[in-house]
Amino acid sequence: MTRGGRTGLWAALAAPGTLWILALFAVPFYAVAAVAFGYTDPVFNAPIPEWDPRYWDFTAFGQILRESISGDLRPVFLRTLIYVLVALAVCVLVGYPVAYYLARHAGRRRGLLLALILAPWWVNYITRMLAWLNLLQDDGYVNDLLLLTRLVDEPVRWLSGNPVTVVLALVYGYIPFFIVPLFSSLDRIDERLLEAARDLGCSGRRAFWHITLPLSRSGLMTAGAITALPMFGDYYTNTLVSGSPTTTMVANQIEFYLLGGSRKELGASLVLLMSALLMVLMAYYLVASRRAEEVGA
Amino acid sequence: MRRRPIFLATLTWAYVVWSLVPVLIAIQFSFNDGKSRSTWQGFSTQWYFGGSGSVAEDPSLRLALYNSLILAVLTTLVATPLGVAMALGLARWKGRTSRAANGLMLLPLATPEIVMGSALYLVFTNLYLFIPLGLPAQVLGHVTFSVSYVVVIVRSRLASIGGDYEDAARDLGCNRVQALRLILLPLLAPAVFAGAMIVFASSMDDFVISAFLSPDASSATVPIKLYTAVRNAPSPALNALATLLLVGSAVALVLAWLVLRRRTGTKALEEMASF
Repeated sequence: MTRGGRTGLWAALAAPGTLWILALFAVPFYAVAAVAFGYTDPVFNAPIPEWDPRYWDFTAFGQILRESISGDLRPVFLRTLIYVLVALAVCVLVGYPVAYYLARHAGRRRGLLLALILAPWWVNYITRMLAWLNLLQDDGYVNDLLLLTRLVDEPVRWLSGNPVTVVLALVYGYIPFFIVPLFSSLDRIDERLLEAARDLGCSGRRAFWHITLPLSRSGLMTAGAITALPMFGDYYTNTLVSGSPTTTMVANQIEFYLLGGSRKELGASLVLLMSALLMVLMAYYLVASRRAEEVGA
Repeated sequence: MRRRPIFLATLTWAYVVWSLVPVLIAIQFSFNDGKSRSTWQGFSTQWYFGGSGSVAEDPSLRLALYNSLILAVLTTLVATPLGVAMALGLARWKGRTSRAANGLMLLPLATPEIVMGSALYLVFTNLYLFIPLGLPAQVLGHVTFSVSYVVVIVRSRLASIGGDYEDAARDLGCNRVQALRLILLPLLAPAVFAGAMIVFASSMDDFVISAFLSPDASSATVPIKLYTAVRNAPSPALNALATLLLVGSAVALVLAWLVLRRRTGTKALEEMASF
């Protein structure tokens, strides 16, 4: 059989999927640019996309950029960054010990524990938030418990614009995605390295700081990236547990422009701006994780 | 002798309790004999069927359940063959175009949902005007994010099968298509099934893509219904709806796990963990 014919079958098999992703992933991205750099119909106030890059108009994008640097969107960007960073810090503080215990000390309960840790992954995200909405009501179980233990004197108003609730909800929502990749990286660490360290007189603590932690650096970064990316794009957690403009994040603003109002060109511009920022983050992650792997090797 | 890490063990089990108990309590309140979602008033199934406002009686809740199921079934039917063919093609087809297609396939996995949702919404409202928002657009959107799951799962199975069986079949006189149909596809069957079940579960679970592509309440899926109703019209019926969704995706995933386990032993859980 000829080489051409051989490639032909495989290329033909891969073609439909590839075309699908081109038509429904790549083209839609171009559509975002076309709307962001398009025009607005003066009569109907509806966006007119511009498909030809030669005629692109950058007014809307410039407006979004200005507002993000010094205008109304600046606090929204800052707030998003702070919420995500705090949530990530909590993920590290809680998730690292859990992943570490699961990888090194779980023993014969390992299978059970892994299944329990994976379980929330497959419970619908909105359901998990709904569960907390039940618990955090003014007369819910959480306030009952706090009042009973006399930690507070009156019920805490968790669900009306409380930033603590938003951050904790983000942690609750995304921490399973943090623990699992971290666990698989900790699990790959060669047990013999730690035994060698012990034989050479290293204390457990020193072995952790000098061996386990450096070797799990790339896993930690992967886990961080996997968690941070969806957190930056999250708007529903915020709407569900707060619903107040005082906790608005970037993605809430995108949803508002695109689905709520008629300023779709602003929404599309904001999508482009956020994607660009996230791409910088991803590029940094790829470079840094390659470096971490070199250190590990 | 290693000391037993009491602190770590406590923290880990506390984490497990914290991550699961709220959901269990939410399920419990779907069986509440009263309207409250914070005070237990006895056991009843009135929020599932029978009572007014129950999942079976309230048309909007019934519709949401129906929409979710139809969407997940259609997505699975389209995404599975598309993904299997793509996995086979990409695994064997070498060249520059193939590398590009490989990279392209991974991109949907690394894109935040809101970006993908916005992009799909804008393309359906500005370019692909012949595809109406609602079920048709939702199916196309769901297939786009789930095709990559199938590709990843099937490819990892393909890699572990290797090329020997196929070569043997060819030596025995099979042509390429016969070798594919008679040898490779049966060997791949468990991975294909697991992939299909994971697509089904993730389609049922999706909120963002469905929401961006849903123009009105007639195409609301279960997650959309939960999202819109939980603040405006809370009721234990929503907990019942959420519980049914949970059962649906749990059944799909347990089936996937059982089939994967038969093939790969206890490693199946860890394999599923890698998604």
